[in-house]
Amino acid sequence: MYLRNYLRQFLSDLLTQKLRTFLTVFGIIWGTASVTLLLAFGEGFHRQVGINFKGLGENIVICWPARTSKDWQGLPHGRRVRVTDEDMKLIRSQVPQVARISGELSDSGTRLRAGRTTVAPQIVGANIEFSEMRNMIPDRGGRYLNPIDMGSKRRVVFIGDQLKKDLFGVDEAVGQHIYFDGVPFLVIGVMQRKTQDSNYSGRDEDKATIPLSTYQAIYGEEYLDNFVFQVAGIDDVEIAKDGVIATLARKYRFDPEDKEAVLMWDTTEMLVFMDAFFLGFRLFLGIVGALTLVVGGIGVSNIMNVVVEERTKEIGIKMALGAKKRYVLGQFMFETLLITAIGGAIGLGIAWTICAVFPQFGLTDYVGDPTISPQVALITTGILGSIGFLAGFFPARTAANLKPVEALRM
Amino acid sequence: MSESNGALIEMKGISKVYDTGKLQVEALTGIDLTVREREFVSIVGPSGSGKSTLLNIIGCLDTPTDGSYRLGGEEVAGFGGDRLADVRNRKIGFIFQSFNLLPQITAYDNVELPLLFKGTSARERKRRVEDLFERVGLADRMAHKPTELSGGQMQRVAIARALACDPDLILADEPTGNLDSNSGADILHVFQDLAEAGNTLLVITHDNAIAQRTERMVTLQDGRITGDGPV
Repeated sequence: MYLRNYLRQFLSDLLTQKLRTFLTVFGIIWGTASVTLLLAFGEGFHRQVGINFKGLGENIVICWPARTSKDWQGLPHGRRVRVTDEDMKLIRSQVPQVARISGELSDSGTRLRAGRTTVAPQIVGANIEFSEMRNMIPDRGGRYLNPIDMGSKRRVVFIGDQLKKDLFGVDEAVGQHIYFDGVPFLVIGVMQRKTQDSNYSGRDEDKATIPLSTYQAIYGEEYLDNFVFQVAGIDDVEIAKDGVIATLARKYRFDPEDKEAVLMWDTTEMLVFMDAFFLGFRLFLGIVGALTLVVGGIGVSNIMNVVVEERTKEIGIKMALGAKKRYVLGQFMFETLLITAIGGAIGLGIAWTICAVFPQFGLTDYVGDPTISPQVALITTGILGSIGFLAGFFPARTAANLKPVEALRM
Repeated sequence: MSESNGALIEMKGISKVYDTGKLQVEALTGIDLTVREREFVSIVGPSGSGKSTLLNIIGCLDTPTDGSYRLGGEEVAGFGGDRLADVRNRKIGFIFQSFNLLPQITAYDNVELPLLFKGTSARERKRRVEDLFERVGLADRMAHKPTELSGGQMQRVAIARALACDPDLILADEPTGNLDSNSGADILHVFQDLAEAGNTLLVITHDNAIAQRTERMVTLQDGRITGDGPV
């Protein structure tokens, strides 16, 4: 009910103390912009790292058959473990947690020519499911390997976007031929551009992928270099890994506890690590920002103390006229919260503007785009509210506890 | 309004001691004072006699160290902050030497304040404030800031503010002290009109000329009442 009265006095005070009010509000603007931007950059960076990471694949485990390191059932250690494409079917039937699986063969000795350009990229033999596991998605107008390619050992090739540029420049690649040491392969698709921060045999943008069956036929390779499998959920990954090892151990007779027989790169471990890391990282950024905002809050609290001092007489007069404690408390709380709210709104506006123009600077692939998620907005508002409340409460309480006779004497 | 034979102020054995830590200063000693409704009383005495302390206690701005103070039949000596604020709001109208108008807000807003604290509805406030300005003859100055008014006009606004909640008691502390003689005489006329209209007025002053215009003069000396009688 006093709101209009509070507001009128706040405005007249604001007009008589323009510079002071501006500086006070500026502390809050600065703090709010800081905390919001730090959180937004943290959020954007986390997302970007996630996107880059998924360039390799999501929830995948990459396995390299190697040598046994333990004696087992009378067999010596040091035996090679060799895995075939048939074993992929075996694993799929034995381990239900494995959602997708593909063998992989690769080499880089072959020369590829299109027109007058010749390059020697990494050539990969893979199965159909490799595409989705490894996020090698065909761009519009093309496709990935299909069952007919596999069954008929077709001479078709799916190329990375960088390799496409190297061989064809800006020209259309799909439907053209690439000569593998003179043998023509039909280009069926070009990979959609993706960011990828980790790999095990070069970036996918530089690779040429052909059907595994074709690869085996041309190069006479019976055994796989490695294989990749994917689990539906991150919780299945340990069971799936144990299942894969157990299946191969039974068939090839090695100790299922032997960690060196099949080497595994479990990419989900990194994801778990990354989530923990980013939680800490964002907490750190949040604390740094919040501290900046606290400094602004201290400024507001200081000014409010000065204001209470300056307006002691006014408070005394109001008390003489019958103002109760809650009126005085309310007036100073109102002014502090209003200053905080105005500063907060401007600060958020500035942060939002910076977030909006940032993508134009072309740094997205490295640090991501700062994002003011609802979470970020909520945290900022929460911190802002608490700071405003604390900054206002103590000066306001001082004012409300003044004795009328002493305040009037000022 | 009061159940005790028309007495508005009943003070018995009021004393006020200021404790400065090392030193105890007795500002008022054994004050017995009764003021009936519709009386026009002046309290006089040299500075340091305890006039202001007595005014603060009568006005419920301060509490006595000892003694009993009944205001309109209500014992207020033991009241705390918010209850005293309520008593001030409902029963007392203050008029100060230095007017004590809030400089940042208009004359209208100043007069409205006590009504706001009382919780009067917006419509009633407007009606009442306009009526008060009419009574003190400043209807055309409502929207002015206090700094845009003359001393006499400021004190009239202060009087309007003091009357806002229809107080039982109007307390004035050297009301003409900051005014030139013309404006001072003007304000005294207003006081006399208020007294004739049946208000209870209590004026603190060291100016004998003002005291002579009241009906009863109470003299204070060294924190004690040394004289009390009709003018």
